[in-house]
Amino acid sequence: MGSLIKKFTRSQLAIPLFALFLLVIFNLIRDPSFFSIDIATNNDGNAVLSGNLISILNGASAIAILSIGMTLITSSCKGQDISVAAMAAIAGSVFVSVLRSNEITIPVLLLAFLFGCVVAVLFSLFNGILVAVFKIQPMIATLILFSAGRSIAYWINGGATPTISSPLITAIGGFIPGIPIPTPIIIMVVFLILISLLLRFTNLGLYTQVVGINEGTAHLNGISPVWIKLIAFIISGVCVATAGCITVCRIGLINHETLLLDAEMDVILSVAIGGNALSGGKFNLYGSVIGAYIIQALTVTLYAMKVPSAAVKAYKAIVIIVIVVFSSPVAKDFVVRMYKKLFKKQAEKEVQAKAA
Amino acid sequence: MQNDIVLSMRNISKSFPGVRALQNVDFTLRRGEIHALMGENGAGKSTLIKVLTGVYPKDSGQVFLNTDGSLREINVKSPYEAQNLGISTVYQEITLCPNLTIAENMFIGRGSYQTVNWRTMKKRAAEILEKLNIPARATQQLDTCSIAVQQMVAIARAVDMDCKVLILDEPTSSLDEQEVEKLFSLMRDLKSRGVGIIFITHFLEQVYQVCDKITVLRNGELVGEYEIKDLPRVQLISKMMGKDLEDVSALQKRKPVGEETDEIPVYEATGLSSLECSNAFDFKIRKGEVNGFTGLLGSGRSESVRAIFAADRITGGKIKINGKEVKIKKPKDAMKHGIGYLPEDRKRDGIVEDLSVRENIILALQVMKGFFRPFSRAEAEAFADEYIKLLGIKTASMDTPIKSLSGGNQQKVILARWLLTNPQYLILDEPTRGIDVGTKVEIQKLVLKLAEEGVSITFISSEIEEMLRTCSRLIVMRDRKIVGELKGEEMTQDNIMHTIAGEAV
Ligand SMILES: Nc1ncnc2c1ncn2[C@@H]1O[C@H](COP(=O)(O)OP(=O)(O)OP(=O)(O)O)[C@@H](O)[C@H]1O
Ligand SMILES: [Mg+2]
Repeated sequence: MGSLIKKFTRSQLAIPLFALFLLVIFNLIRDPSFFSIDIATNNDGNAVLSGNLISILNGASAIAILSIGMTLITSSCKGQDISVAAMAAIAGSVFVSVLRSNEITIPVLLLAFLFGCVVAVLFSLFNGILVAVFKIQPMIATLILFSAGRSIAYWINGGATPTISSPLITAIGGFIPGIPIPTPIIIMVVFLILISLLLRFTNLGLYTQVVGINEGTAHLNGISPVWIKLIAFIISGVCVATAGCITVCRIGLINHETLLLDAEMDVILSVAIGGNALSGGKFNLYGSVIGAYIIQALTVTLYAMKVPSAAVKAYKAIVIIVIVVFSSPVAKDFVVRMYKKLFKKQAEKEVQAKAA
Repeated sequence: MQNDIVLSMRNISKSFPGVRALQNVDFTLRRGEIHALMGENGAGKSTLIKVLTGVYPKDSGQVFLNTDGSLREINVKSPYEAQNLGISTVYQEITLCPNLTIAENMFIGRGSYQTVNWRTMKKRAAEILEKLNIPARATQQLDTCSIAVQQMVAIARAVDMDCKVLILDEPTSSLDEQEVEKLFSLMRDLKSRGVGIIFITHFLEQVYQVCDKITVLRNGELVGEYEIKDLPRVQLISKMMGKDLEDVSALQKRKPVGEETDEIPVYEATGLSSLECSNAFDFKIRKGEVNGFTGLLGSGRSESVRAIFAADRITGGKIKINGKEVKIKKPKDAMKHGIGYLPEDRKRDGIVEDLSVRENIILALQVMKGFFRPFSRAEAEAFADEYIKLLGIKTASMDTPIKSLSGGNQQKVILARWLLTNPQYLILDEPTRGIDVGTKVEIQKLVLKLAEEGVSITFISSEIEEMLRTCSRLIVMRDRKIVGELKGEEMTQDNIMHTIAGEAV
């Protein structure tokens, strides 16, 4: 038991899980019914789950999916892609423009998603090539699409913000008839399982970390840093398309200006809160996903406390500073030292007690 | 007598998770004394230094430094503070900034925050390089230099600062005799000016050449402090290892593998050249042969073997493996053809700092097995376990990150990585760098055993003795060109020097 606790406290997930735990406790004290889940009937007459917990899980799906790609890019390239949200707007626009030129059926939906994916992967690869081949700082390289991305999305639908409506779209953005869990949650879980399988049955995780930690060693051991970085950007492209399409389906229209606005910062924060060094190297995907849920839980909590929406960001910033500072090596070291000191004193006291 | 002491450490203890690196260690350094700190890999030498210079906080114990004639307790919190107190250090793993120039590296972080005059800085750096005969330009970026040059720069930087205590943690591990001589004359000069010097090395002869006193550590505990004349070599070794060393001379040298027969070489290159090694060269090695590249610092021996492994971009040449022409354009190709390469600079090209010992051991084999076929945890653990035992790697567990191992043990992990791939041709560039005397013999034995089993080996070492003991053919290099080849009886230290100097043997 003792060693289990020790192992846990040393693990990268300790702080994020602890933060999540505190958030939950805080909410339970504030309002014991905060996490209660109700069954409600929605507009389409389906019995569905509702409640704060569901809305946290649901609302975080897009960020959580994006954070998976961001984690891989961070690990291998030692930097972040700040254009993910803008690219999601592009992918969403492509998705909508394909849907609008056809009658919406399942094959058309899949085709539209595929188009969105291909476009997002191509744009992501553009970033990837700048970073991996031309060795441009990720932040600078992705600044191009960060600023140009939403303009490109604007052109795709001729400047309009068209709506799409179909039972299929609501099924993806909301609920599939007969299933009480919001579909974005299901998509997120499936996505996470797929990525876990990818990490489990390939060497992607090992190679990515080796490239992020020491490129020289990677090269001399037959790993191509360029390829590994490009793969990270490709996977991130798929994440971007998925997140973009889910969000479009949820709101039922594409607005190139506001779709996932500022999401890139939340995504990067998720990665950081998950205990991953933004300077690359070792990573833990689950940490980033937990990070996304922490951010969303925080937002929902603040709204539930009736904090005015303009002030939410400031409160969020404070909590995030606390989490990030606490997971810094300096703070960890301090905690360990304090613990040792306390422990020593206790041990001494025991010895004295025994002697007496 | 009392104020002769410059530095005194009492009852120093330091633990890391799972390891007691130092237990109640005492250490005393006097004015104008060169004091060797000796011990096996993982004995705690570097840790003692790092505790002294504030890299790690100590768990318990006291440190006293002579300030203005009397000993005062000091509590150093950072290497920067140590430097300001007059403790100048060259750490085992070079801690300079790879992407700055040599001049910048020499003068960065030197106390005063006054504006820097780049011109005088460059001039001063050039003078120091000149004085120490370091083959590099002051404006050269550090990571374009060989590890030996980097080591010399680190030394030059430390020596150029005014200090009371100079600490050198394995400064000579990749230096040739000439550079070592230069370093020694520097050290003697400082000694005559009253500086106390702590010198850590695994080269016994160097200890007997310059040192006055020896302190021996074993498994984090103090064995004792001795006058150099009271402790002959054999006793020193047994004090370090806690047992006697087998006689090295008993090592059976392998006879040269058959004279020019028509046997097909395992590896043959004609006109091979790379970006770093622009002079095309021919080279071949037969099955079970151990040969070596030798030459002075900067002679291009490492660059040549890097070309064989395609570590730098290949610019020309034909390669035959077992008589069949193949293309080796990148390290992966070389690995596919059964070539292994242990690089000279383990920090830059060898270790993956944050990953575990286990992951570091299986890395090369894993890459050869393929992207879509990862080893199961159990397989990886079995491999790691086998090699940790075989090479006696000292580590808290196989999940410990490699960066927390001692220098010599990191080196063993990289060696394990390549042994695990079961190569038919293994290139070892300084495999015994930073490895203690006992293990050095083990590694030489291992090399000969592998050769016995039919593995071809290219061995490079800055220690000529070691090469003479293991190799059956030596390729001598000068100015990035092969200038001669010595076989069998011709291989003597003198002949090597003559060949390097360009005289006929
Ligand atoms: N940062 C660290 N974290 C955990 N363990 C460490 C750390 N640094 C050193 N150790 C452990 O402390 C012990 C002593 O290491 P140290 O580096 O002092 O050895 P050393 O005598 O310098 O050996 P070498 O000759 O190989 O350089 C080793 O067992 C090592 O694994
Ligand atoms: Mg050491």
